[in-house]
Amino acid sequence: MLQKLRENRSSQGTLLALPTTFWMVALLVLPLLLTTVISFGKRSPDGEVIYTFTLNNYIRLAGFDPNCPPADGTCFNPLYLQILGRSLSLAFNTTVLVILMAYPLAYFIARSHPRKRNTYLFLVLIPLWTNFVIRVYAWMMLLRKEGVINNLLGLLAGWIGYDFKPLEMLYTQGAVLVGMVYEFLPFMILPIFTSLEKIDNSLYEAAADLGANPIRTFRRVTLPLSLPGVVAGTILVFIPVMGTFIVSDILGGRQVILVGNLIQRQFLDARDPTFGSAASLILMIMTLVVTYFYTRKFGFGEEIVAA
Amino acid sequence: MNPYRRSPAIILASSLVYLFLYAPIFVLILYSFNASRTNIIFAGFITNFEPRPTLQAGLVTASPCGPFHWFCELSHNREVMSAARNTLTIAVISTIVSTVIGTMAALALQRYEFKLKPFTQVSLYIPIVIPEIVMGIGILTLFSQLFGVLNEALKLQADSRLTLGLGTVIVSHIAFSIPFVTLIVQARLQGFDKSFEEAAMDLGANEWTTFRRVTFPMLLPGILSGCLLAFTLSLDDFVITFFTNGPGSTTLPIYLYGLLRRIITPQVNALSTVWIAIVFVAVLLIQQSQNRKV
Repeated sequence: MLQKLRENRSSQGTLLALPTTFWMVALLVLPLLLTTVISFGKRSPDGEVIYTFTLNNYIRLAGFDPNCPPADGTCFNPLYLQILGRSLSLAFNTTVLVILMAYPLAYFIARSHPRKRNTYLFLVLIPLWTNFVIRVYAWMMLLRKEGVINNLLGLLAGWIGYDFKPLEMLYTQGAVLVGMVYEFLPFMILPIFTSLEKIDNSLYEAAADLGANPIRTFRRVTLPLSLPGVVAGTILVFIPVMGTFIVSDILGGRQVILVGNLIQRQFLDARDPTFGSAASLILMIMTLVVTYFYTRKFGFGEEIVAA
Repeated sequence: MNPYRRSPAIILASSLVYLFLYAPIFVLILYSFNASRTNIIFAGFITNFEPRPTLQAGLVTASPCGPFHWFCELSHNREVMSAARNTLTIAVISTIVSTVIGTMAALALQRYEFKLKPFTQVSLYIPIVIPEIVMGIGILTLFSQLFGVLNEALKLQADSRLTLGLGTVIVSHIAFSIPFVTLIVQARLQGFDKSFEEAAMDLGANEWTTFRRVTFPMLLPGILSGCLLAFTLSLDDFVITFFTNGPGSTTLPIYLYGLLRRIITPQVNALSTVWIAIVFVAVLLIQQSQNRKV
């Protein structure tokens, strides 16, 4: 049998890849299938899953009450739709802001002297590898009512004799947006930098020789050539922002609820895994649809692996 | 023309972005030396060294460790130490396993033709395009349903029932680490000059010797960077761990998250500062070693 295996390349390959295939099936494919099955199920009074086929969870997500008496149609409650919409718009705003902040910095690093480039990159990697939870905590310290920003503002106001009342910054949409931007900024800087770094200097020289001013050079040379980096960064930012629940949990409190928080609560507090599964499936479909159309329009950058 | 010339606007914008990246980190570190126990206002450093900590109106005025009072407290904190132990245990085991089987898969995907190949290849992209929370609750559901069935079927007693714990966290960490290892090693294999291996074969080396003496050494940098990435991803992971951990398997990020929802003392900052210091040294070492290679 060993002899046979030695000659059969196909079984060798299968065998080599077997543990990985097993892991991917057992911990990625199977859980996704199970989530799908459960989302059509029902919750028993003690929080267990009853396997049936009902669309109730999805009807609830769409804002209708499955137990609503058919006579009056006043059971519509857009709460969950609002949560989905809020998550989408937050992910969109975060991505746009992150691109606007990451691009100049990536350009700055890519066009810096090779000897200094590593130091500048190093400065981006430190926040990237600092734990996610620590970074949210840092903003909590800054934004609290008695936090650093309010203290500084108070100090400034004291100097100019202005009566200052501490601003309520924590537990607002703005706090969550700032937190998200902070968390995901490095994920955009690196892929944009990678694609900018690849641009040959002679291209800039050629553009200048041919009489293009800096703005025109940027529009016709730099921007198109760095687009793959922006696309990769967008995927690396948009998808996680859609699903993150820590930032909104710590910086948004009970005021800003996103899909991530909704799902997390169904599994931990509300104990309704079936409804949570339905929400998580919708979240997955939303991100896949957005990613699909986005990559079909712009292509799937190889920079994603580089980052 | 100087190719490294950047307009002042770019320089200004970049400086502001760097400020945005670092201001929160500086505040975090500064407050880990805070004399105030409530950690609301920075009340200055603790400057006095005395054998026993002294408290005055909510301020620590003296401590055996002086300014490093909160770091000393941290090292005596049992919960932190056990969380640190768990974090390391999980990271080491999941890194070793995922590096070995991820590298095997990379070889299989790059060098062999087999039926399951397209499926395996595509499945590796799942963790990249799906929000982590979807994976997390999927794995949680799988474990809880599976354990429910098994506990019932095997009639396990209360103390031997299968529950979430270190084991489930490790298995899940392996799952999200494999794709990164495999994709990195695969990329390395793609840019490979096959003639070295052919030369070895021509000179009479068998397949195993060729792998051991030629392929593996050439692959090693790729394997190492995959290994390193797997390790850091595991250390850093919050979401997957959040859904798969159980009593006794709390990791540092999970512990920290728990603290944020309760009372915050400068100990939390001290923990963050230690973490940032470790990241700083680690990134520095990695960058240095990479530069030497080039």
